[in-house]
Amino acid sequence: MSIEQDEIQKIAELARIRIADDQIGPLTDRIGEILAMADTLQSVDTSGVVPLSNPMDAIQRLREDVVTEKNRREDYQAIAPAVENGLYLVPKVID
Amino acid sequence: MHSQTVARISQGLKDREFSSVELTRYFLDRIATLDRHFNAFITVDEESALAAAAAADERLSSGNAAPLTGIPIAHKDIFCTLGMRTSCGSRMLDNFVPPYNATLIDNFQQEGAVLLGKTNMDEFAMGSSNENSFYGPTRNPWDLERVPGGSSGGSAAAVAAMLAPAATGTDTGGSIRQPAAFCGITGIKPTYGRVSRLGMVAYASSLDQAGPMAHTAEDCAILLNTMAGHDPRDSTSSEEPTDDYTAQLNQPLQGLKIGLPKEYFGEGLDASTGQHIEQALKVLEQQGATLVEVSLPHSNLTIPTYYIVAPAEASTNLSRFDGVRYGHRCEDPQDLHDLYTRTREEGFGDEVKRRILVGTYALSAGYYDAYYKKAQQIRRLIKQDFMTCFEQVDLIAGPTTPGPAFALGAKTSDPVSMYLEDVYTLAVNLAGLPGLSMPAGLVGGAPIGLQLIGKHFDESRLLNVAHQYQQQSDWHLQQPQSPAGGNA
Repeated sequence: MSIEQDEIQKIAELARIRIADDQIGPLTDRIGEILAMADTLQSVDTSGVVPLSNPMDAIQRLREDVVTEKNRREDYQAIAPAVENGLYLVPKVID
Repeated sequence: MHSQTVARISQGLKDREFSSVELTRYFLDRIATLDRHFNAFITVDEESALAAAAAADERLSSGNAAPLTGIPIAHKDIFCTLGMRTSCGSRMLDNFVPPYNATLIDNFQQEGAVLLGKTNMDEFAMGSSNENSFYGPTRNPWDLERVPGGSSGGSAAAVAAMLAPAATGTDTGGSIRQPAAFCGITGIKPTYGRVSRLGMVAYASSLDQAGPMAHTAEDCAILLNTMAGHDPRDSTSSEEPTDDYTAQLNQPLQGLKIGLPKEYFGEGLDASTGQHIEQALKVLEQQGATLVEVSLPHSNLTIPTYYIVAPAEASTNLSRFDGVRYGHRCEDPQDLHDLYTRTREEGFGDEVKRRILVGTYALSAGYYDAYYKKAQQIRRLIKQDFMTCFEQVDLIAGPTTPGPAFALGAKTSDPVSMYLEDVYTLAVNLAGLPGLSMPAGLVGGAPIGLQLIGKHFDESRLLNVAHQYQQQSDWHLQQPQSPAGGNA
């Protein structure tokens, strides 16, 4: 399955990664090569095979719904790029 | 002192031959004088290392020392360390100082081990050569023009160059075993869920697993005793009881059945590497093991399966790096979209971007079934191949890599050729099995590794077989020449 430059731009947008204009071409080539390698998967008949998402076929473990962690908001916000009054700052979203 | 094993150093500390402060100072000095040749470390904090060593010396005098009390250990820079920068080899986390320790780091600290420093790695553990690090490539101590392997290349080089007695690594598709093979050391990736992933920066969560890297299988067993165990704060951590991994090291190999997958000995395997592997297997045979040919028929699909599953999980995991809560943030963002897209453009390197994009594509509407679901179905077939083999044999053996370490720069422009290097290691992660690599020869002066693959939770057996082999061979005792001349 080959991939076109406009598709790379679309997935880069989905992944929220800016790609410089002069990088789109080479990146499309590299990703095209990776997807071409992955095309061998299509040659295998997998009808009826249950997908394996956890190697041990483990299921999500549940625990009691009780507080186990201390509130360390200040420690966590101390490493943020921008905070004010206990809130994380981002550029204005709504006018 | 530097060429001694953890087992030997541990005894020396208990017998007061030297103190932990002397030992730690010794390795810090080696790092200070020699690491400019290798670039194995990203961060070293001498003051905190010496303080931990002094505390360990007090504990040693008071007589309640644990096996690792006072031993300096290097940790891959993927494990969060409270108050010490944890970069994961990325510009994105160049300024990240974690507010907590990984469970693995806590475990070593409770034992009184000394945190010697944080080692270099491929960015976010994505790579097979350590060339994808924001901090520059690590060089192979056996030949500075070759790669050390990756992604735990800094840890492997640090142990091989004897800048640390032992180290930790992580392995998502071979990232402990391949650098261990390339640098002539021993490393084990335990069963999925055996070692806690809490505080280990996530790459592909259904594949990631931490493990020890050291000179000998015995040292790996000593370290694994500290690392393994259930962690209630990691929901994928196993509740299976742990072994004392040193207890079975001396078991004889009589009656052991070892499977040799025919797919691991065919086209693509370097001839000299293959001969060394055959010789190592003969040693195991002389020790009483029986060698049986087996087949892993879906082996040719492991590379494409892995390079869909792992990027898909990576694209999800790495969405957390958004320039809002921690890590890199671009200058003067115009709006929220600009903040996200420019932060991620600047913070991630080329290979990380490629994997995020491949993963995003494989998970996107219209392609999910053709790529991600298909890869997960084939992942089950790959696991079933192993389960079928293990009805017949106790463990599986073969080469860790197709050949010795390649030259720096040889594969950086062609990602697919780099991916092919992982051909013998990826399936182990897809199936969640334990895998070990140990030195089994030198090809053109560069080390190669023998890989052992075990049943789930059979780490003790792998370490036993490796330890027995190391009683009858001396490849693990070989040392690279020092870059300053003479023995390292």
